[in-house]
Amino acid sequence: MASGKREQFENPVVEWVDSRLPIFTMMQKEYGVFPTPKNFNYFWNFGAIAMFMLITMIVSGIVLAMHYTAHSTLAFDSVEHIMRDVYYGWLLRYIHANGASFFFIAVYIHLYRGLYYGSYKKPRELLWILGVAIFLLMMATAFMGYVLPWGQMSFWGAQVITSFFSAIPGVGESIVVWLRGGFSLDNPTLNRFFSLHYLLPFVIVGVVFLHIWALHVTGSNNPEGVEPKTKKDTLPFHPYYTMKDTFGLMAFVTIYAVFVFFFPNSLGHADNYIPANPIVTPAHIVPEWYFLPFYAILRAFTFGVNAYLLVGLGLAAVAFYPLFTKKKGSEISLILMAGIMVFSGAFLLAGYFSQLELDSGAKALVLPYSDAFVDAKLCGVLAMFGSIALLFVLPFLDTHPVRSARYRPWFKIGVLLLVVDVAILTVCGAKPAEGFWVPLSQVSMLYYMGFFVVGIPFLSKFEPIRDLPKSIHQSVLAKPQKIVVKG
Amino acid sequence: MSTSPEDTKPVQDETKRDFLYLTAASMGAVAAGSVVWPLVDQMNPSADTLALSTTEADLSAVQEGQSITVMWRGAPVFIRRRTVTEIEEARAVDVSTLRDKETDEQRAKRPEWLIMTGICTHLGCVPLGQKQGDQKGEYGGWFCPCHGSHYDTAGRIRKGPAPKNLVIPPYEFLTETTIKIG
Repeated sequence: MASGKREQFENPVVEWVDSRLPIFTMMQKEYGVFPTPKNFNYFWNFGAIAMFMLITMIVSGIVLAMHYTAHSTLAFDSVEHIMRDVYYGWLLRYIHANGASFFFIAVYIHLYRGLYYGSYKKPRELLWILGVAIFLLMMATAFMGYVLPWGQMSFWGAQVITSFFSAIPGVGESIVVWLRGGFSLDNPTLNRFFSLHYLLPFVIVGVVFLHIWALHVTGSNNPEGVEPKTKKDTLPFHPYYTMKDTFGLMAFVTIYAVFVFFFPNSLGHADNYIPANPIVTPAHIVPEWYFLPFYAILRAFTFGVNAYLLVGLGLAAVAFYPLFTKKKGSEISLILMAGIMVFSGAFLLAGYFSQLELDSGAKALVLPYSDAFVDAKLCGVLAMFGSIALLFVLPFLDTHPVRSARYRPWFKIGVLLLVVDVAILTVCGAKPAEGFWVPLSQVSMLYYMGFFVVGIPFLSKFEPIRDLPKSIHQSVLAKPQKIVVKG
Repeated sequence: MSTSPEDTKPVQDETKRDFLYLTAASMGAVAAGSVVWPLVDQMNPSADTLALSTTEADLSAVQEGQSITVMWRGAPVFIRRRTVTEIEEARAVDVSTLRDKETDEQRAKRPEWLIMTGICTHLGCVPLGQKQGDQKGEYGGWFCPCHGSHYDTAGRIRKGPAPKNLVIPPYEFLTETTIKIG
């Protein structure tokens, strides 16, 4: 990687290696003197923390695989064997099981950090997209890992998730049979999930490498969202951020350890300590907490797309079309947009209520041609995958020149509400899909989708562009009053 | 492409090169496809899984109003000996109001015996309603606890997110009291 002139190392062994393979030079350049914005806050710790969790998961996973048996009749017992018979087996398993949760905590904070401070914007689009790819791979890995103990939640979670694919018109059923390797979920499914669960973490390592490579091309974003301009704006990565990352990591690992040692099963489901039974479905199938918002989006679709909804969506597309053109905000007629939206809203509501079943079994609104032609199940699956797909295209939806929410007061409100919204979706996903929870998850789903599809393009056109600090250095110096000097 | 200065027909040579590239690329694609296909096809059900495609069930002990569950291809099959009221209820429904329009006659070869796969057509849970104390839903048939689908006494979807009726597997009566599923 490093070409051109190379500094000599004093240690002869290091020098011997480095002159043949300049790995020490590279480490020095990328992690030693690497210029890093000097105004990072603790949100910038979570990339390193996520990396630590990935390594923890791979190490604990490899040793667990030495004792686990991937067979439908033996898997459950082999997990109990790990818990009861294998030296420190209980510890390794709890590290791995809770590690999944803490890996997701770190990644969710890391992802939201990027969203809040506009780290996905030019020139870091590809860096962001690689990050979302890692997130997607993590979701696949976590899901398949949860299936391996072959308990009731493992089995029925896998049943529900593989059934998603049956929503695909025409070929859906054949795809489900192909994925499961049988007409029902059974040993072939467990075997392939184990194989892929072992493989995917290493794919993640590969994509993480690309993610970090891309990061070291553009450099890090920072809380001000202003690019470093002079040497005054940056610090060498070592020792400043090696120390800060280590401190943050210590705090994080302490909380993680509290869960591993004192509440090891609090993030799991008791039902998964019942061996898988293909005849009995647990009363309440719930995915792991980190999938709940997406599960809530899936279940929010108690309705499909019928003629009214299609017309409503079409009108909304017409209304919002100018947001996606090169027009400036001042050239877009908000009155026209609002006018079309009134009609669109009327059709959308008609489409929704003509499919809403009251307790009596009758429809809330009786209209002709109200049968859905894209059924609720397919809509739910598409919306769930769509909610992640939106993250992939986010860099291209947001054309506002300012990065950080610190200097985007409108965006800041929207993006903070998104946290509340996802929290509500998480709760909805954990509750049974009935009563009050259904409309609540529908409204929350609408906000999530609306924020990305309409909100971000709208703000890109209409949010005023504020003056930014001249440099990171200047913005750091501009806040000395916050530092209280005692004595 | 050509490095020879004596080459007097560059245009013709370009065409020839293009042709060679295209043929080489298409042969490469065929070769890649033939290597990938076994990797894809191995995930389909294996021969021993396919061999378990029929199950026989003895119905002689099932009384009116009782249900049994048998396993066929790894999945539960619900067999219910329906009561007269259940059959009447199922037949009284106006088919045009149903989400998945099927008459009771289409669903049960013999009105008394309703035989169907016990897998919710939404996301694959096993609906309740086979046991005496089970919740049977608002239409007195089956109820899927996962996402709240209600099925009637003919196993037809009446309320909730499932798009289709419970699937009727292929079956035949071997004698008055035994059936072969599959």
